[in-house]
Amino acid sequence: MDCDHARSQLPLRLDGALAPEAAAALDDHLARCPSCRRACQDLQTLSAALRGHADRFTAPTALRSRVLADLAAAAPRRRPAGIGRWSDFGLGAALAASVMLAVNLTLAPSRPPAGPMADQVISAHIRSLMEGHLIDIASADRHTVKPWFNGRLDLAPPVRDFEAQGFPLVGGRLDVLGQRPVAALVYRRRLHVINLFVGPGDGTAGLDETGPVRGYTVLHWNDGGLACWLVSDVERAELIAFARLLRSPPPAQ
Amino acid sequence: MRDGDQTRRFEQLVLPHLDAAYNLARWLTRNPEDAEDVVQEAALRAFRYLAGLRGESARPWFLTIVRQTCYTWLRNNRPPAEVRILDDDGFDLVAATAGDGGDTPEAQVSRIEDRTLVNRLLAGLPVPLREVIVLRELEELAYREIAEILAVPIGTVMSRLSRARARLRADLVRDLGDAGHGL
Ligand SMILES: [Zn+2]
Repeated sequence: MDCDHARSQLPLRLDGALAPEAAAALDDHLARCPSCRRACQDLQTLSAALRGHADRFTAPTALRSRVLADLAAAAPRRRPAGIGRWSDFGLGAALAASVMLAVNLTLAPSRPPAGPMADQVISAHIRSLMEGHLIDIASADRHTVKPWFNGRLDLAPPVRDFEAQGFPLVGGRLDVLGQRPVAALVYRRRLHVINLFVGPGDGTAGLDETGPVRGYTVLHWNDGGLACWLVSDVERAELIAFARLLRSPPPAQ
Repeated sequence: MRDGDQTRRFEQLVLPHLDAAYNLARWLTRNPEDAEDVVQEAALRAFRYLAGLRGESARPWFLTIVRQTCYTWLRNNRPPAEVRILDDDGFDLVAATAGDGGDTPEAQVSRIEDRTLVNRLLAGLPVPLREVIVLRELEELAYREIAEILAVPIGTVMSRLSRARARLRADLVRDLGDAGHGL
């Protein structure tokens, strides 16, 4: 056996992946060749150092519980008697209220028309309130909602929860605005649903306001290269307050 | 009933490998939060595709999904150069293992006892080399399992491992050279 061949077989020998005869032949060479012996020690040292000293990270407890929560949400479940998740009643009521409002306002005397984009935003908002359209990913955890958009969109919408301020995150879905796919983040204000659409930036400076049109207020701004539209039938002042929260810098990590 | 079974099956087969999944994702993304997001997404996909796991070992199966999710994340969040495909054919296995093995001074290799240094060297490897070291040395998977996860022949796994180790040795020598005369 020559040294080149011996060197190429060393890793296999150390990994126990060499057939017995080949291992014996290699050992025989190592016994007679100090240079290959040193290479062998070198390899062993490197392997031991990696195994003994490189960090082997363990999954944080929070990750484990997020995964378990996903399972609970992903498995189509039988409804336990007497116990409902918020989506079974809270959001159901919100939807019913919002849809009724939408229908009423659609029939109401016409108001000043909105711009074409604001119109689309309002239509998308009303469409989202129809049964089963509001959320693709139901979660109040931004760590669940944010990665859900990975691979589904070529932009990463900022996802924050404002439960403490009275605007809890409900979930997210994919939607379409101006024939482009956008992220839709769903928040609640009491019984009202708020949609935040996030798409490619359009360079608008400052905060644009449309409405109330048919009872809906639409706010629009750009943030870090992303265009945001916020729409709901909540009081205009409340929606503006929420927009201010969304535009505030995220807390330092 | 079947859904409950699927959840239990996931908990028994996949969940025990959450640490391995996180470790791989952490080393590939090099960021704790991104690793968590990647693993969470991968776990959900694994849950959905659980019916596709039949007979084979769950660990390489799950790590395959984790790795794919990592690569999607890397492509979206890192410069393309970092995840470029390796030219396995252009690599000389014999040269890598024969060249410097005997020449690395004993004292330098023993310096690799240092935890910070080991982590820095591993983190400095290109992703395709880093992942084989993580799977082989940290997760202690067999060549066959690594080949399955990477979807490459076993020979390619071996050559990438040799290449990774040669690179680690070379970086170690360079690193200690840069550090001056600390020995
Ligand atoms: Zn020799």
